[in-house]
Amino acid sequence: MAFELNGKKYETDEDGYLLNLDDWDKDVANFLAQQEGVDMTEAHWEVVDFLREYYDEYKIAPMIRILTKAIGKKLGPDKGNTKYLYELYPGGPAKQACKIAGLPKPTGCV
Amino acid sequence: MAGKIETPPLTGDKLPIPPVSPGAMANLSPNRAAEGHNTFLNFPGVRVGDWKEKAVEKMGDLLDKYKSLRVFMDICVKCGSCTDKCHYFLGTGDPNNMPVARQELMRKVYRKEFTLGGKLFPGLSRAEEMSEDVLAQWWSYYHQCSQCRRCSVYCPYGIDTAEISMAAREIMDSVGVGQKYCNEILGKVLEIGNNLGINPHALANTLEFVEEEQEEESQVKVRYPMDESGADVLLIAPSADFFSSPHIEGFTGYGKIFHEAGVSWTVSSYASEFANFGMFIGSYDTMRRVAERIREAAHDLKVKRIVVGECGHAWRVGYSFWNTLIGPFDFLDPSYRTPTHICEFTWDLIQRDGVKLDKSANDERVVTFHDSCNVSRASRMGDMPGGQYDIPRNIIKAVCNHFVDMDEETIKEATYCCGGGGGLLTDELMDLRVKGALPRANALHGVMESHGVNTMAMICAICKAQFTKVLPYYHIPMDMVASVHQLVSSAVVLGGKKGV
Repeated sequence: MAFELNGKKYETDEDGYLLNLDDWDKDVANFLAQQEGVDMTEAHWEVVDFLREYYDEYKIAPMIRILTKAIGKKLGPDKGNTKYLYELYPGGPAKQACKIAGLPKPTGCV
Repeated sequence: MAGKIETPPLTGDKLPIPPVSPGAMANLSPNRAAEGHNTFLNFPGVRVGDWKEKAVEKMGDLLDKYKSLRVFMDICVKCGSCTDKCHYFLGTGDPNNMPVARQELMRKVYRKEFTLGGKLFPGLSRAEEMSEDVLAQWWSYYHQCSQCRRCSVYCPYGIDTAEISMAAREIMDSVGVGQKYCNEILGKVLEIGNNLGINPHALANTLEFVEEEQEEESQVKVRYPMDESGADVLLIAPSADFFSSPHIEGFTGYGKIFHEAGVSWTVSSYASEFANFGMFIGSYDTMRRVAERIREAAHDLKVKRIVVGECGHAWRVGYSFWNTLIGPFDFLDPSYRTPTHICEFTWDLIQRDGVKLDKSANDERVVTFHDSCNVSRASRMGDMPGGQYDIPRNIIKAVCNHFVDMDEETIKEATYCCGGGGGLLTDELMDLRVKGALPRANALHGVMESHGVNTMAMICAICKAQFTKVLPYYHIPMDMVASVHQLVSSAVVLGGKKGV
């Protein structure tokens, strides 16, 4: 599967996750967010930036608690929880946020 | 996310049998595995040219290899006992989700190819040859069975639809028609060591994080070690325990229990997965390859025993199949059962008064327990019949003051599947997953109304992931879902006893 944006073609898997990590940029993220019905705010970008940073180092998305703790540090302790992440990304921080961040889909018992 | 899938209002009373709705789920189709996913597991990458002949040939092999399969093909008398026992039928009304009808999808081909009556008088015998249409039905409806075996409890002959659906998937894989979710994940576990694809560098970081966070919370250092040769225990957890919530909270609890028991333990970065999807696709060879890593890790790390975490289907694999699959475990200490379930370990410690527990830590919770299908109907725990039902409940009652069971027709051997087991925990099957969770959600709703239940504890990674996703469709909050060892974790008073 694929989609086109600004005259460029992007390959994705069946669920719309980018196949090539390097294809990602902010425009692509905004496009993917729009497809998901997510309105990107500063808080949304914090999540996406952290996911990409972590992936860069560890080649996998972080455990949910690593993510919530990092977000709590950045946005305040009242935001460092799963409930807040689901408010930002109703489709789930692991799956929906990873998709917008251009990471592969986490699959397993998740 | 509560989206477009419609769910009926819950009553908590016995579910009505739904009106039959032929073809309601006929279009459901899981994603196909890519060529590389199939070949990695030694299946043809794409559908082979002579697939019909090859599929029938494979069916013949399986009928010879598994006598049970042949008996199941021959013995059904169409009594109808199973028809209203499948959660997917109750949730969808699609008659092909009645277990007898699901079995018939294979039986009609069996009659055509392997019985005299079917060969001579196919019309009279309702026999049918393998065709594109039959394959499409198999593809859809054998991926609408979570292999939970509830129907087999009510079948007077004990026909096991799970085994038939495993055989069907094995036949499809053998002709190059594989399911992406299972086959891709099996590739990851065989290549990286776990279903999620967490490499050793990331796993070490995750364990460090758990260790630090635990210490911050309790001011007591509990270790969460990796690859420590010579530890007493090799802990094999489902890899979701390293990734998701409430899985990780349960994993944190395992560490506290080992700490209090004074038992050294380690995780292995080579075998960091208890789940074994080889069972879901009916492939003995793949199941053995996945399990073999655990044996190797136990051997290489020179541990005395293997303890396993909260993972339902893998407990079936471990409890029922490991011995012949990857045994004998003559290099381990024979005084311990291999594998030992973490619930057995914890309950044993509690009984010996080896851990101090503060039940009031869970006082805000009113807890019920969801029996996971493979634990309930395909294994046991401890030394007593029914130990798989009693031990987790005993643990919960030891760490919580408020426990209540759901309707007895929905627990223990009659338990309903979460709706996401058997290799179906994938987004493209969400419609089925939500509808299949109806019987459990309804029973849960019953005790929420009658007893104020606000926590449903369980010991399966798939159940935890499935319920956190689908319960919101029934207007039940996702944070209702808990790990049994998460409740243990909250109640353990660190340093309270000397352990062992």
